[in-house]
Amino acid sequence: MMEAMHFSAIAVEIAIAVLMLIVLLLDLLMKRGGRRILLAYVTEIGLVAILWLTVSMYPTDGSSQSFYQGIYSVDAYSIFFKLLFLLGMIFTVFYAAGYVERMVKNAGEFYALLLSALLGMCVLASANDLVTLFVGLELMTISFYILVAIQTDNAFSTEAGVKYLIFGSGATGVLLYGMSLVYGMTGSLFFAEIAHSPGLFLGLGLAGMVLMLSGFFFKLSVIPFHLWAPDVYEGAPAPVTALLAMCSKAAGIAILLRVLFAAFPMATTLWVQILAIFACISMVGGNIMAFRQSNIKRMLAYSSIAQAGYMMCAMAAASATGLRSVLFYATIYLFANIAAFVTVAYLEDQRGEADLYNVRGLAHHSLLPAGFLMLGLLTMAGIPPTGGFIGKFYIFTAAVDAGLLWLAAVGFVVSMMSVYYYLIVIREMFRDPEEGEVMNEHRLRLPFAATVTGLVAVFFVLVLGIWAQPLSFLADFTIFQSL
Amino acid sequence: MISFPILSVILLTPLVAGAIIAVLPKRFHETMRQLAALSMIIVMLLVLFLYVDYDTAAGGMQYTEYVPWIADLGVAYSLGIDGISLPLLLLSSAVGLAAVFSSWHIEHRTKEYFVLLLLLIAGISGAFLARDLFLFLLLTEMVVVPAYIMVLIWGSSERIPKSEAAMKMTIFLLVGSAFMLVGVILLYVYAFPDGARTFDVTALSMSSVSGNIPYGVQVIAFLLLLVGFGSHLSMFPFHIWSPDGYSAAPTAVSMLNAGVLKKLGGYALIRIGFFILPFGAKFWAPVIAILATINVVYASYVALAQKDIKYMISYSSVSHMGYVLLGLAALNVVSVTGAVAYMVAHGIMIALFFSQVGYVYDKTDARSTDDLWGLAHYMPYITTGFMLAGLCALGLPGLIGFIPEFTIFVGSFSQFPVLTVISVFGIIFTAFYVLRMLAKVLFGKRIEKFEGIKDERHADVVPLAVLGVFLVGFGVFPSLLMDTINSGVAPLSPLFDLVKDAPMISLFQGVDIWGGIPK
Repeated sequence: MMEAMHFSAIAVEIAIAVLMLIVLLLDLLMKRGGRRILLAYVTEIGLVAILWLTVSMYPTDGSSQSFYQGIYSVDAYSIFFKLLFLLGMIFTVFYAAGYVERMVKNAGEFYALLLSALLGMCVLASANDLVTLFVGLELMTISFYILVAIQTDNAFSTEAGVKYLIFGSGATGVLLYGMSLVYGMTGSLFFAEIAHSPGLFLGLGLAGMVLMLSGFFFKLSVIPFHLWAPDVYEGAPAPVTALLAMCSKAAGIAILLRVLFAAFPMATTLWVQILAIFACISMVGGNIMAFRQSNIKRMLAYSSIAQAGYMMCAMAAASATGLRSVLFYATIYLFANIAAFVTVAYLEDQRGEADLYNVRGLAHHSLLPAGFLMLGLLTMAGIPPTGGFIGKFYIFTAAVDAGLLWLAAVGFVVSMMSVYYYLIVIREMFRDPEEGEVMNEHRLRLPFAATVTGLVAVFFVLVLGIWAQPLSFLADFTIFQSL
Repeated sequence: MISFPILSVILLTPLVAGAIIAVLPKRFHETMRQLAALSMIIVMLLVLFLYVDYDTAAGGMQYTEYVPWIADLGVAYSLGIDGISLPLLLLSSAVGLAAVFSSWHIEHRTKEYFVLLLLLIAGISGAFLARDLFLFLLLTEMVVVPAYIMVLIWGSSERIPKSEAAMKMTIFLLVGSAFMLVGVILLYVYAFPDGARTFDVTALSMSSVSGNIPYGVQVIAFLLLLVGFGSHLSMFPFHIWSPDGYSAAPTAVSMLNAGVLKKLGGYALIRIGFFILPFGAKFWAPVIAILATINVVYASYVALAQKDIKYMISYSSVSHMGYVLLGLAALNVVSVTGAVAYMVAHGIMIALFFSQVGYVYDKTDARSTDDLWGLAHYMPYITTGFMLAGLCALGLPGLIGFIPEFTIFVGSFSQFPVLTVISVFGIIFTAFYVLRMLAKVLFGKRIEKFEGIKDERHADVVPLAVLGVFLVGFGVFPSLLMDTINSGVAPLSPLFDLVKDAPMISLFQGVDIWGGIPK
């Protein structure tokens, strides 16, 4: 079956792997302990080229390519997610170059690991059988274990890495066990064949399915599989936290949706209920736990738990409109994270920690970073005119359409309550000093690249809020082609 | 031929002015406030033109604009005004203009202040222009965060810290609108099949009349909307944010929030609740009427005990919203006309009240009846403002409040005789606390502390002049107001007839809400 080996279909993955090797080699050739800003440029240029390649691969005629007898499918759906991952990486490398230069000792490894995580995500988005899924997932997760702990001189970073490793390995074990049960009951690793196998509905098959779901829930940090998230988000370097929130989560969503719709379509009635219940728990729990956080990264960890809940609401709708809203929301959430983390990263760089104390009075002297953070948070909160409002509207409309009125009601109410903790950050940035209170009067200086990134992210967040048509059309078209 | 998009100009003028102010350097604060004032004067003139030019004989949505916006959701940028929204638009532009002039002496962070104020004004006025529910919701939610930041920075902490009051207000409004959003999505999903959906209010209303929205859905959706609009309208028990919120807010925000933003709740209840969900409205009408009576009696009773004038006015506004709710609950053309007119009247009156109290607070740093004495000796303009607003609050004939209040009682008496009578007695409480306050604060004894205090002059008089003209003008010529509103409410009459005998919620017998639309 040589004709099934379309190497052109995996051009993106090959390119990423090559870029990673180039970065590693360059790092070896460079002076030890010297500046690594060149690597950022190389990575950035390479990623932009790959983005261009990926865009050119987006099928406009509904066709889909596959590699190695269909275990690796390159369709509109996977390319949409690859574009998301690439955008997230490109922006992160761009704005974080200055941060990495000062805060990360092993900058060379940092960029190489970013690329290997990206490679893992891309494999995950295209995976069409259980083994490919596992390879992609582990490649991504293991890269992140190291990325989280890359500040070896920082106890919090190391601790976060170890925590992530331990929890992550447990989750991987659960996932693998589930996969083995599903394989045992259905006799196949291919999603398409699993879907048609009656064995899935026997006791052990169902158990395997549920165990697999819990493995994915760990990646999405859905309550009660969220315990790693707050410490890891807080301890990891800010750009890595941003990637965990936007890209790692998007990759988890990509594979979860693929598994649900390609491998378990016959069990829809079962997993719809599971998703709805966990979505509800995550939305409520994540938002409530975020209320009392004073560290912004930790707050965003809980907020990201809630965000996963919102997106699961739309998945629970199990409809084309539901899927469309997930894609739409994931994109909006990506830009929101970039906008927020530009400021958070440089707060950490210049003031030691991104907490409520250090953002105090930020809007007085550094309006631009304060504005980025504010708009990023308002997008997550879903306040118009940001795109978050339309994103939530899509999600909950899909949920109501599928008869999940209660879920939409809970979701909307907690999402409006969540405005409370976002507003606390905004309050601290904007309010006047009280009598006798000393505020940090130093300007927060963003490097040029970070300012540009922030402006671009804010631009997208606002434009998509006012003119959502292009993105919703793209999401619609993607889903339409892939169903 | 493309006609002049007058409604878009009304919506966008404050936004454009805000954008220009945002890019002006800080030292031009004089220019900033002039620019803000100019934009509001333009808006005011355009709205006055509309008011005169609107064809009441033809009725319906006029000056419509339509641009498709988000095709797959059926959202359009669709504007239009009818006899209900036009007077409220007039209210919002008058209060907006007055609010800009009430902010004339803001020196602290002037630039941010006027940008946020204009955003707030644009959002609130825009909501009255929207013919598309999505646009309406978007605009109502958009104003919440600017209002929050304004209370936070320029507000005053008298009884509770301003940051707490601001947060309370914001969260109540937002959680309220969460219920509203769910209700709207619910009726949107049922009204049309997937692919043909729209947020256009007229289309939704037509779909509902032809029976596409099941009875049970109407009942549930209306309840969700009632919670949402109730928290905007400060309906008992969702009113608890409003006294703190209004009192902590800077003058202009109090004027806009109490004067106009609040009315969005009542307006939406008519526009969405009555036009689209008439059976739901009928089902919940007794609940609204009872809560309305509680609003009137309870809030005016609490107002009696207030020493802080801003709190007193805030509670009086909660109690006055009871009349609006009562008029709405009676579900007939007369009472609803009265309710809309009363919203306009109350908006003008309360905005005038807040602007005058705000000025006094600015000059004397006092706003408690314990500290203020005999202002009439020094401040003739303030006295005029207080008197006009106060007497309007207790329904003096000849001022704007009387005819609408009377119309509400006439309309609702047939439906809820007992509750109406109880509510009428609320006026006595109002008269008591308002007159007591006026007597002491204005005509009390002359005290040394206030010797030489400056009365309003130049720009400060503008709020009094603008709002006073409407207060007296519509009072002397009520038909100017009532005729326009009547042309807007008249189309509701067939809907009210349709639901006349539909079941209402009852303690004594269950109503089968899933049994199809009652005949």
